[in-house]
Amino acid sequence: MAYSDKVLDHYENPRNVGTLDKNDPHVGTGMVGAPACGDVMKLQIKVNDSGIIEDAKFKTYGCGSAIASSSLVTEWLKGKTLDQAAEIKNSAIAEELALPPVKIHCSVLAEDAIKAAVADLKSKQPA
Amino acid sequence: MTVKTPIYLDYSATTPVDPRVAEKMIPYITEHFGNPASRSHPFGWTAEQAVEEARDEVAKLVNADPREIVWTSGATESNNLAIKGAANFYSGTKGKHIITVQTEHKAVIDTVRELERQGFTATYLAPEPNGLIDLEKFKAAIQPDTVLASVMFVNNEIGVIQDITAIGNICRENNIIFHVDAAQATGKVEIDLEKLPVDLMSFSAHKTYGPKGIGALYVRRKPRIRIEAQMHGGGHERGMRSGTLATHQIVGMGEAFRIARLEMKAENLEVRRLRDRLLAGLEEIDEVYVNGDMQHRVPHNLNISFNFVEGESLIMAVKDIAVSSGSACTSASLEPSYVLRALGRSDELAHSSIRFSIGRFTTEEDVDYTIALMKSKIGKLRELSPLWEMHLDGVDLSKVEWAAH
Repeated sequence: MAYSDKVLDHYENPRNVGTLDKNDPHVGTGMVGAPACGDVMKLQIKVNDSGIIEDAKFKTYGCGSAIASSSLVTEWLKGKTLDQAAEIKNSAIAEELALPPVKIHCSVLAEDAIKAAVADLKSKQPA
Repeated sequence: MTVKTPIYLDYSATTPVDPRVAEKMIPYITEHFGNPASRSHPFGWTAEQAVEEARDEVAKLVNADPREIVWTSGATESNNLAIKGAANFYSGTKGKHIITVQTEHKAVIDTVRELERQGFTATYLAPEPNGLIDLEKFKAAIQPDTVLASVMFVNNEIGVIQDITAIGNICRENNIIFHVDAAQATGKVEIDLEKLPVDLMSFSAHKTYGPKGIGALYVRRKPRIRIEAQMHGGGHERGMRSGTLATHQIVGMGEAFRIARLEMKAENLEVRRLRDRLLAGLEEIDEVYVNGDMQHRVPHNLNISFNFVEGESLIMAVKDIAVSSGSACTSASLEPSYVLRALGRSDELAHSSIRFSIGRFTTEEDVDYTIALMKSKIGKLRELSPLWEMHLDGVDLSKVEWAAH
């Protein structure tokens, strides 16, 4: 399988690997995928008091494209509002990483992870 | 200590041609180029003599009569010829039911599936979790109209050795033609066809340090087994397989099998020592699972699942070694290894498996390098793995409700 240089770079040097305190009210956690399908992504975002994402961390079990997709979105998420974050589309991820067609589902999973993390955070915040 | 990377640890996929084999082949491409079927001049006679000497060598390795050896293009063709040829020849008298095993090579499974499309019925036996066949289950699968059984000698993915003698005896008692795919067995296990109750056996050259594109089918003479030809033409190979013989390929297979016969005992001792060294090193890693029985197993194969690490990312991480993965992502089908699934392994463990197969040219340095590389990369990928983190937190992953996609 020939990967783009960007995938290889994220795979070799993943950005923002780690874990945030999931019980922190400023932290939203999204976990998507299933081990049986060969990929599980955990994405966490932390917002400051003005609602801006100031930190993002991930852990991913999956192929190189899945690791690269989640690594990339942690870079993109920082500095965005929750609404801006929810607008990140899988097509943009796939395009940035030049994912081959059989790996598009990795970018879909990353988009789902963002949505899940945002939803988790919103559910924690007072309406 | 320096090792040359990438290190080749995929001898079950194919082997390099032994330099002694290559040397013997070359004159038959350039100088002795005659058609072995040409009876009217020395060019043909020389080629024919070389073909017959090679046939003797192939027969000797498996203790057969040279007249029982039919040249083919490889084990896939041998499997097709044996299964379709015998099923079609004997279906009229015996019936149209075939028994095989879920962990067979696709060249057997898909051939049986094709026969099903032509009106045969088939039973695909599930192996036990260690990869071996339960003989009672085999007996239970036999029907009055069972015409043929096909069971591989050595599994290509997990290296387990089936009890061919016992299965063959059951077939004899029930008047069933017995075919064995031995592509992965030559040079690894003793094969004595004078004793083994086997009617048809498939061989390949390139798994045993010979060239690709050549194989053979053993067709028993006593009692005589008949097969319908699948390739029609000039009536070569006693009418069972037409087509001009590839003299240089055949010479290569003969030489490769001659070397195997002379050297396999010593070679397998060394290969086993290296395999066991590799296993001992890898077992120092947490949460590793060997796939397939370790007792009834060829000396060069090791198939291991590294839990909580996905196979394709692992293959990417260990680019310095050439190995195979049971992961879906490394195959065209997007399904994890059907062999590991048939053993009852979970999808996760099937996705996380690596097959190491070592051979004639593997060194101790290669093995030590591989152990160190695997330890470091497994550690790195588990740092990245949410499943590993959950495992360390004591979460039972089988109880988690995953959002399948």
